[in-house]
Parts: sequence; structure tokens; C-alpha cells
Amino acid sequence: MGKLKLALYWAASCGGCDMAILELYEKILDLAAAADILFWPVAIDVKYKDVEAFPDKHIDVCLFNGAVRTSENEHMAHLLRSKSKILVAYGACSHLGGIPALANMTNKQGVFDCVYKYTASTDNPNNVQPKTTVKVDEGTLTLPEFYDTVKTLAQTVDVDYFIPGCSPVPEQTWAVLEHIIQGKPLPPKGAVLGATQKTVCDECKLEKEEKKITKFYRPFEIIPEPKKCLLEQGIICAGPATRGGCDARCIRANMPCRGCYGPPEGVMDQGAKFLSAIASVIDAKEPEEIDRIIKQIVDPIGTFYRFSLAHSLMKRTRMAEEKAPEETKQRNTVAARR
Amino acid sequence: MTFEPKIVGFLCNWCSYTGADLAGTARIKYAPNIHVIRVMCSGRVDPTFVLKALESGADGVLIAGCHPGDCHYQEGNYSALRRYHLLKKMLSDFGVEEGRVRLEWISASEGDRFAQVVNDMTAQVRALGPFHRQKAPAEQATAETASKAS
Repeated sequence: MGKLKLALYWAASCGGCDMAILELYEKILDLAAAADILFWPVAIDVKYKDVEAFPDKHIDVCLFNGAVRTSENEHMAHLLRSKSKILVAYGACSHLGGIPALANMTNKQGVFDCVYKYTASTDNPNNVQPKTTVKVDEGTLTLPEFYDTVKTLAQTVDVDYFIPGCSPVPEQTWAVLEHIIQGKPLPPKGAVLGATQKTVCDECKLEKEEKKITKFYRPFEIIPEPKKCLLEQGIICAGPATRGGCDARCIRANMPCRGCYGPPEGVMDQGAKFLSAIASVIDAKEPEEIDRIIKQIVDPIGTFYRFSLAHSLMKRTRMAEEKAPEETKQRNTVAARR
Repeated sequence: MTFEPKIVGFLCNWCSYTGADLAGTARIKYAPNIHVIRVMCSGRVDPTFVLKALESGADGVLIAGCHPGDCHYQEGNYSALRRYHLLKKMLSDFGVEEGRVRLEWISASEGDRFAQVVNDMTAQVRALGPFHRQKAPAEQATAETASKAS
């Protein structure tokens, strides 16, 4: 068997996943020795048309990071799927939608207005916003279409494996790459690699007792006691609803888990489980008291689905045309009159 | 043809399901829109169940359990209450209309109350219309022709 043919791509992402590959440090040399990197936009100059010229299934393994938000992302997802034997959704965005998928709380126009109109540093008196085509003297220039809804890689094309994390822990990435390089048998398709079956709480070393919360704190509002479970101190921690494998590194740095490793094995919707876990530890029985405590949770969707909104059951907030419009009311009055 | 909502009802085994049973044996008439799933306790109703029901085509979800203090497992209905309040807050951010998801306390002796809750909720959800508007083009089309005809 020749050298492993590897490709890496970034779609809607921040570039952190590519950094995570570089964070292999000296092992990057082992990787370069064991694998030919055919395509990696962040590091080597290979054009899309070069990838298009590859025969089908030419790439052995493709690590695809980033969510699917534009027609370009979508095109590359389809292209790399057809050119790769194994397509891996690498990192939280590609696995679950990640931070970019929080844009599913609004739509394309909402995102454009925020970026090109309302941000404090924007000076755009003519309200210029991106268009997919523009005519200039030299001809027509095009940009990819920007979609209303951010999708995960698996919602776009068939995916073989998932490596979770924002970004994936380098040790875990290396363990997976080494496993592939050595040609060891791979788990069944659809498996989550480079992570454990259990939750972050399982690998968190803090002391846990019974949880009874009457006040929630955001991380900047409190200096946590060392050694005591952060959730018990009122800091919302996603540990109970998040897959382990990161060695609880945020918690070891005194920051609560934010849930980037996604739902644990067997969990369909991470945010719902997270919500359930948080609601269960609220120490109140009266509706008014419960509401008072719940009010301290700023932005429930952004908290519970910070990395998994695209992957969730709801997938996005409802678009205006989905909600009960006036027309529905009229229709029912018409029906009732008859 | 009016829109007939589908409502999924998670009823606790000890109070609300028995209450629904009483409504049946007492031959109380109520809207046939509710599809009942018996759970051991309202505290067993994971928010995932509610979201999954809506995603799978339900237009409304009813969770019903024992009155506070009467839970067969002491505290289960309080868990349900806390989850419901937090879920309700999150659902409104998702743009899900108030009234699609409801928590009610119905005891084993309240067959008439069960019937009343189901009737109320059916009327309320019917007024809101289908949850998946885009997924029901056929239904929408008939409604449009109906309103034009009148």
C-alpha cells in the first residue's frame, strides 16, 4: 500500500480546526511522512479545479471541517464526497453545525443586516450588501449563494465518521490519524471517533454532591471554588449532556463545559438533554420562584444548543411563514361561520 | 374542511391516565384529536419527547401529571414543572406559539377535567393552525380553495 492520500477542507468555520491539525506539533512531520496531503486550502496551493480533476475515490481520507452555509460549501461537500473513500466530519461545525449554526436563530437577511448595517463599527450609509452577481467593466463577477439555514455536513452528504470538538483535541486527532495510517480496522460507519461513549462529567475530577440551584451565574460573575462541581456553584455547565473525550480541559481551566463534543452516545438532541439536566437541579417548587430562577438563564437556545443547533430536532427558529399567520385565523373563522 | 390538529398527550400512569380512563368509562365526550402515550410519571417526560413529537408532525403536546404534592414518586411532577417552564421559555425563542405545549394537573378522579382540557387545547391549537405549514401543502391548498369558494 502506498502512502495515505489525505485531504483537508474548511467550509463555514473559523480556521480553528486547521489550527488543531497544526497543533499536532512535531507529529505533523510524522503525518507528512505517512501521508500525501493532496488538498488543504489553508496550507497548500491546490485549486478546486485540481480536485475536480481527481478520479472518483482518489482521496483515501478527507477531514472536512466547517458547516454548510453557502452554495460553495455545498458544492465542495458534494465534490469531496465523490472524490473520497472516507469522508470525516471533523470538528463541531461539520459534526453539529457549531457556532455558525447559531445563525439559524435568524435568516440570511438578518445576518446581512447585522453584519453590514447594525454593528457599531460599520459605516455603510448606502446600505451596500453582498449580491451573488455584479457587472463590472471587465465582465460579471459572482459570489456563492448564502443560505438562510446552516446545515451539518451529514445533512448535506453521506458522512462516514465524525470527530467532534471545537476544536478537536490534538491528541485525539492524532490517535485517529495514527489508527488510520497503521491500517487498523475501522469501526462501523457513522461512528464518532476520537471521543468516549460517556459524558464529560465522567472524566471531570471535581467533587460532585447533590445539586440544588437557586441562582445561576455567568462565568464572569463569580470566582468558582476550586474542587467543587461548577454546576453545584450555579455556573451552567454542559458536562452532563456532552460527550467526553476532551479530558474536561475547559473545566480544568475553571471554565464550564460549553458542549462542543456534542451529544453523548444514544442522545438525539443535546440541547433538550442539557435543558432537562439544568431544570432538574433548580431548587424551587412554586411556578413564580421557578420563573425567577429561570430568568437568570440568558439566551436558552444559545446556551443549550451552543454547538448543536443545526443538528437538533428543531434545527432552526421558525421562519415567519411557518408561524400561525393572520390567514390561518381568517381561514378558521370562515370555516367556523359555515 | 377545517384543520384537525394532532395532539400528543403524555399522561402519567397514576393520575392523568386514570383520569382519562374515567372520562372514557363515564362516557364523557371530548375531541378525538389527542393521541395518548402513557408514561409512568410526568417527570419521565424528557423535553426530547416534546420536540420529537412536534418534529414528527404533532401540532401540540400535552403533558399531564398528578397535582403538586400528589405525585406517586413524591417529586416527579415538580421535575416536570421545572422542565416545562424552561422548555416553554426556550420554545418561545424558537418561535413556537404559546399554547402548543401545555402542562396540566389532572387527578384520577377528574375525568371531566381531562375532557375539558383536551377540548380547550384542541380549540386553541386549531386556531393556531398546523405546526409544519410547509410540510402540509395539500392541506394548505384545500384550505385556500375553501376560503376562495366562500
